[in-house]
Amino acid sequence: MAATISSAKRRHLGRPVSIVGAGLSRFGAFRDMTTRDLFVEAFQDLIDHMDQGIDVEDIECGYIGNYSSDLFEGQGHTAPILADWLGMTPTPITRIENACASSGSALREGVMAIASGMYDVVLVGGVEKMTDLPTEGVTDVLASAADGLYEVPAGLTFPGIYGALAKAHMDRYETSLAHLAKVGIKNHTNGALNPKAQFNTTLLDMMERRKARAEQQGQPVPDWRDEMDFLNDPRANPWIAWPLRLYDCAPITDGASCVLLVSSEIANNFTDKPVHVVGTGQASGRPLHDAEELTSLSAAREAAAQAYAMAGVTPHDIQVAEVHDCFTIAEIIATEDLGFFGPGEGPRAVDEGRTALTGDRPINTSGGLKAKGHPVGASGVAQVIETFHQLRGEAGPRQVPNTNLELGLTHNVGGTGGTCVVNILRRG
Amino acid sequence: MAEDTRAFNAASYYAYLKEGQLMGVRCRGCGKLSAEARPMCQSCHGRDVEWFAFSGRGQLSAFTCISVVPNAMGEKGFGRNNPYCSGIVTLDEGPRISALILGVDAANPQNIGTGIALTLQVEDQDRDRPTLAFVPA
Repeated sequence: MAATISSAKRRHLGRPVSIVGAGLSRFGAFRDMTTRDLFVEAFQDLIDHMDQGIDVEDIECGYIGNYSSDLFEGQGHTAPILADWLGMTPTPITRIENACASSGSALREGVMAIASGMYDVVLVGGVEKMTDLPTEGVTDVLASAADGLYEVPAGLTFPGIYGALAKAHMDRYETSLAHLAKVGIKNHTNGALNPKAQFNTTLLDMMERRKARAEQQGQPVPDWRDEMDFLNDPRANPWIAWPLRLYDCAPITDGASCVLLVSSEIANNFTDKPVHVVGTGQASGRPLHDAEELTSLSAAREAAAQAYAMAGVTPHDIQVAEVHDCFTIAEIIATEDLGFFGPGEGPRAVDEGRTALTGDRPINTSGGLKAKGHPVGASGVAQVIETFHQLRGEAGPRQVPNTNLELGLTHNVGGTGGTCVVNILRRG
Repeated sequence: MAEDTRAFNAASYYAYLKEGQLMGVRCRGCGKLSAEARPMCQSCHGRDVEWFAFSGRGQLSAFTCISVVPNAMGEKGFGRNNPYCSGIVTLDEGPRISALILGVDAANPQNIGTGIALTLQVEDQDRDRPTLAFVPA
């Protein structure tokens, strides 16, 4: 029989694994930077922020998530190039590809490499250089993460499949365009507090800039009353794949992320504040048309069940989470698939502000993929980095008010649910 | 009709589509139907599968109307001012499949209702790989 969603088998790591450092490049559109430049920037950020330093020679192995440097910039076999540009040859580095879940998967590979006992110090990360191609080209490359025989020929794009999910959610529950818009407003509010974010600005500030530009150019100045009014203006927020509009979509982003994993036995050689990977789960799913439900991602439910089982915790115990909001609807569905809210209850939680920075279940404090940016292969580890900073109490102005943070979760989706990786982190 | 001996793969699937027929496979072991041409049953892993002719009737279970289009659809004249509809079709026989939805007002998606009855209308039948499409019945 085909695998069904279950309370997952409880698996264990061979030995505990900790995160002892994190590095992130700037996220944005950087015309003159290539994949290797972006990753070097993230790596240098890691080196510069190791609490007690790191000798690069001590890194024994690496796993780097990258979706498609082949199609985005014509460069395959990326891993040894990164090893060279980091000055790390002959250290083995392997590229991991699971679409937008590439670096979530890379992190898991690193965790297992240490848990196996084979390595003690492993670099994991992700990188994507997306902005060389025009939007149509990026649309084609992202669509190639869907089924090329049975989904793409139907005209379905990446936003298109999430648009169909959104429509199904709206048909089944009371989900509305306003709920989607509120997710975007929240994530832009958080992104404005994140200096690394592609959109390090609130929607209100963006609106003011657009008004100023219109005035400068002698054009009619829009009279948006508030963010919702702006988001309901079809000139400002056009349809991409109905019912999804431009501001429901994560942007096209260049960026890189990396963290240093070590065996927990030696974590204190690197920092007094390690963060432990206490649960990890990964699952595969089928194309949307062949899914059990059109309003949920089965791979997310399964990966979450695995991670909760390994960590010995429940959704109720998770205090902060970064979820894969490649589209606003994806955040709502994620919070339901992870068990934070019941099926169909995600929209009300948004209405009630429960997922805001000051809510009881802060989601995407970094700004999420929506505002922080979504360099697809880098996003999974970037989520882990935000959670690492939150658990260490060093997230600055976007630090969640809960002073007793112990458990955080990341939820990283590849394609439209073909892959999902869930990791659970505990403060050391 | 003689035993159909075409290989269970996408080439055969598209060859049937070119003949105007949506063909999938049925597992002779467990009866599982798939609207995709699989050589092995995804449910019981059985290898004894046979071609199954779908009626081409179904209903629209979810859809989207796409304005930012991939290059292939742009070449057909679709784009920001001329969106098209793609959806998930639940076939009368049970399985679901992704398809282009024609004959609906994609510029006014609020007027398109999920649940509407659809019927197969193969698009670009003269091409090597025609497009699986449906229109309102």
